[in-house]
Amino acid sequence: MEWETVIGLEIHAQLNTVSKIFSGAPTAYGAEPNRQACPVDLGMPGVLPVLNQGAVERAVMLGLAINAEITPRSVFARKNYFYPDLPKGYQISQFELPIVGLGHLDIELEDGTIKRVGVTRAHLEEDAGKSLHEGFEAMTGIDLNRAGTPLIEIVSEPELRSAKEAVAYMKKLHSLVRYLDICDGNMQEGSFRCDANVSVRPKGQTEFGTRAELKNLNSFRFVERAINFEVERQIDLIEGGGSVVQETRLYDPDRDETRSMRSKEEANDYRYFPDPDLLPLVVDHAFIDSVRAKLPELPDAKRARFVEQYGLSDYDAGVLTATREMGDFYEAVAGGCDAPKLAANWVMGDFSAALNRSEVELKDAPVNADGLAGLLARIQDETISGKIAKEVFEAMWNGEGNADAVIEAKGLKQITDTSAIDAIIDDVMASNPQQLEQYRGGKDKLFGFFVGQVMKATQGKANPAQVNERLKAKLDG
Amino acid sequence: MSVDTSEVRRIAHLSRLAMNDDQARDFAGGLSDIFAFVEQLDGAAIEGVEPMAHPLDAEQRLRPDAVTEPDRREAYQAIAPAVEGGLYLVPRVIE
Amino acid sequence: MAQETLSGWVRKLQAREISSRELTQLYLDRIERLDPQLNSFITVTAEQALAQADAADARLAKGEQSPLLGVPVAQKDIFCTEGVRTSCGSRMLDPFVSPYNATVVERMNAAGAVMLGKTNMDEFAMGSSNETSFYGPVRNPWDTERVPGGSSGGSAAAVGARLVPGATGTDTGGSIRQPAAFCGITGLKPTYGRVSRYGMIAFASSLDQGGPMAATAEDCGRMLNAMAGFDERDSTSVERPEEDFTAGLEQDLKGLRIGLPTEFFGEAGLDERVRGVIDAAIEVLKGRGAEVREVGLPNSHLSVPAYYVVAPAECSSNLARFDGVRYGYRCENPEDLMDLYTRSRGEGFGDEVKRRIMVGTYVLSAGYYDAYYLKAQKVRRIIADDFRRAFEDVDVLLAPTTPELPFALGAKADPVSMYLSDIYTIAANLAGLPAMSLPAGEIDGLPVGLQLIGNYFDEARLLGVAHQYQQETDWHARVPAAFA
Repeated sequence: MEWETVIGLEIHAQLNTVSKIFSGAPTAYGAEPNRQACPVDLGMPGVLPVLNQGAVERAVMLGLAINAEITPRSVFARKNYFYPDLPKGYQISQFELPIVGLGHLDIELEDGTIKRVGVTRAHLEEDAGKSLHEGFEAMTGIDLNRAGTPLIEIVSEPELRSAKEAVAYMKKLHSLVRYLDICDGNMQEGSFRCDANVSVRPKGQTEFGTRAELKNLNSFRFVERAINFEVERQIDLIEGGGSVVQETRLYDPDRDETRSMRSKEEANDYRYFPDPDLLPLVVDHAFIDSVRAKLPELPDAKRARFVEQYGLSDYDAGVLTATREMGDFYEAVAGGCDAPKLAANWVMGDFSAALNRSEVELKDAPVNADGLAGLLARIQDETISGKIAKEVFEAMWNGEGNADAVIEAKGLKQITDTSAIDAIIDDVMASNPQQLEQYRGGKDKLFGFFVGQVMKATQGKANPAQVNERLKAKLDG
Repeated sequence: MSVDTSEVRRIAHLSRLAMNDDQARDFAGGLSDIFAFVEQLDGAAIEGVEPMAHPLDAEQRLRPDAVTEPDRREAYQAIAPAVEGGLYLVPRVIE
Repeated sequence: MAQETLSGWVRKLQAREISSRELTQLYLDRIERLDPQLNSFITVTAEQALAQADAADARLAKGEQSPLLGVPVAQKDIFCTEGVRTSCGSRMLDPFVSPYNATVVERMNAAGAVMLGKTNMDEFAMGSSNETSFYGPVRNPWDTERVPGGSSGGSAAAVGARLVPGATGTDTGGSIRQPAAFCGITGLKPTYGRVSRYGMIAFASSLDQGGPMAATAEDCGRMLNAMAGFDERDSTSVERPEEDFTAGLEQDLKGLRIGLPTEFFGEAGLDERVRGVIDAAIEVLKGRGAEVREVGLPNSHLSVPAYYVVAPAECSSNLARFDGVRYGYRCENPEDLMDLYTRSRGEGFGDEVKRRIMVGTYVLSAGYYDAYYLKAQKVRRIIADDFRRAFEDVDVLLAPTTPELPFALGAKADPVSMYLSDIYTIAANLAGLPAMSLPAGEIDGLPVGLQLIGNYFDEARLLGVAHQYQQETDWHARVPAAFA
């Protein structure tokens, strides 16, 4: 039987406000346990939540970026359950009326086609604390620094049909929240997390199969592997005569498998009801307009502009706009050297390779946009050749100064003086009489040999075009 | 409506309240009376009426995104039943 | 000396006829001597009170004129007080020494009030007799075999016995007004949102409102001046210009339109003697120029059932934070997490609290939400709409506060009969309206309360009507003989 996979993703993105969603405690990552938890975050008696404007602005920003409806009057609700990392015994979330309604996101599939994925809703809520199991005998330690960190939960329609599509959607959203600068996107620190609802059904069937919810997917790779594992598991189960149970499953990256979370098996009855401590959140046109005014250029628009403005291929434009930082970097380089295609080749080529090799983030790269533009300008004005430029770039990357300083220090300036090149060619011809004779006897292939000899004699610094031209004249003359 | 002891135990569990059989039996009577009493609401003329979650028709005020709470962990944890290394301790949670 | 009102003491302090320290000591002595009969205080903070009194005396010496400067008050033990146990009448919070102050406490401190201690109350404010307190029942100063009402029974009894000139209360379904009526004092539940709920331990968030309890309407106005005001830490706090709640006290009653809700005078268990007291009070107000007419609140009979869905629902969620993890009671040697939760809560809460948590859990649970909670919220709106219509024709509503006299301890064993004690007070909470109770008579040596309900934010007018009534009568000035 042929099976179809059905996936819906719930993505939790921590909003990068400085304070919590309902309290004035800081949100910075990595503080000592419970040093960033105030009475509101600790669920102390009598304390009350007050909503952070920064969180609302970021949610609206996301809504606008996915062309979603912004709910004019959204409501916060309490989701009631007991858990030690949930200090109040309820999570403040949005249930019936989320701030962001139906929207969509376009993703690019492997074959280059564009697929539009529906976003059902996105709602504001507070994050829970963390349970730490190591270091205690038979006990668990609770750190509530994370409790109350603003989250936006973005729920997709069940329209993704493979693990690869799911990853493409997740990457697109990841890029988007970073473009919008509403989330730092740090998946290791849990700023951007994903749960996947996965089911399978016989191809052609319209009803959905029973789904499992996969938790703890904190990297793109895990999302792909967990979904693939789960799809196989479900198909094997059904084909073996069994049936899928609706449950929460945890992905274990060490074993590359998903397993049932027994602790969450108890039937959940969250008893949602409107939070009486918070009033309806009204977002009017003026508020939306003020947020819209702050919206940066979004990835798809930037990509189209790069094609138009810089004459790049759609593919190159896509690579260069994958992140806002990369797009900005590229534009700075292109503007600085006035050679957009050369800049694209370098940013995607040697520069990206160096980033990968050194395992550094773009913002920490030892060569900044000005530096790279300076190097490319020297190629443009023929001070150095493209080949020499690679050597200069390596030196710059190793901290030996800017392009001009490296060229000067290493004496890499290109030889463009015709008489100097002529003199070297004369020397080469005189030193290789045999080859000269063979060439003149019709063995054209030896032209390359002479070019090589000239470049060798100049340590690669002779202007290659000039060498070609002068050599041809002299050999043939 | 009448509530039996098994229903009381189910609600008590959802509410995280320890309860033995005798207690459950006692509560069953009181809860049944209360649910019977609130059944008076069934006669209310509420068709098309919007539920009222708040007494005043006001909207949520927004707080500027600023850190205003100092670290007072020592004061907050001085009243905690069990802490170690700044963490609140509970019996081991199995996931 | 103890006959003096809070307002009277303010004047004497300002005139330097008595120091705050002397006054504080006077009341501390009364508490020590007389409270064993009443059990109205859970915690007496004598040392801190005297320090606050000295600070107040220093400010008085400089000629400062803060509204409550140097006046002894008591806080209901539902308001968080930094460094002082805040128990909410529960074993669950018996170990809880709050690390912060409620906004009401901050405001009263800033106004110069001297806190004598924390008053007893029904556990988590759930009760109408003060019998559910972990610290034992409070007794009515007019007859110590009877209840003082609840949940602010400690504050009511303490003020009634003049162990303190004024105290705070909270009112979710009548918890200021009913005990005020039972103890022969004046108490005001302000409009929802007037007084900050920050640091006031929540029972039912959309109904809870703090307010003053004292001998007279004037006292309540003075206290409310200190207590009320916008608080940025409470999202439901109302942003309005500062108001002087004593400004309308001298306003005469000529042309005042008083509405008598037919339904509050009907057959439903209203003691004929109580009715007689209310009728007499109406005559007094008419004599001062008020016009009286009947009005209808046709859905008011649904108030108590709606309340016993909405309040438990909110309470079940509000009380989920008491789990033995971060503060408060924790059971001995929990076997595992579930055991920690269920035993800490099972041992930490009393039966009435458990009952309401279970009712609330039930009405919110899957499959029952629409039938109970949503329906009750709709009923709530039609009840509020009844009031809105009534206030198109009248300025204030007048009714009994309670259908009966203070009852004997242990008299109301079944929950529903206890809930019906609040039959006349609950509607104002559901609608969010200001309402007050003031002493209007005595039957067999027991006080009877008169209730006034005002339109939104009309506290000053309510206090004015009550003050005018108190100019004509002396019920508010009577003190039970054993405490005179």
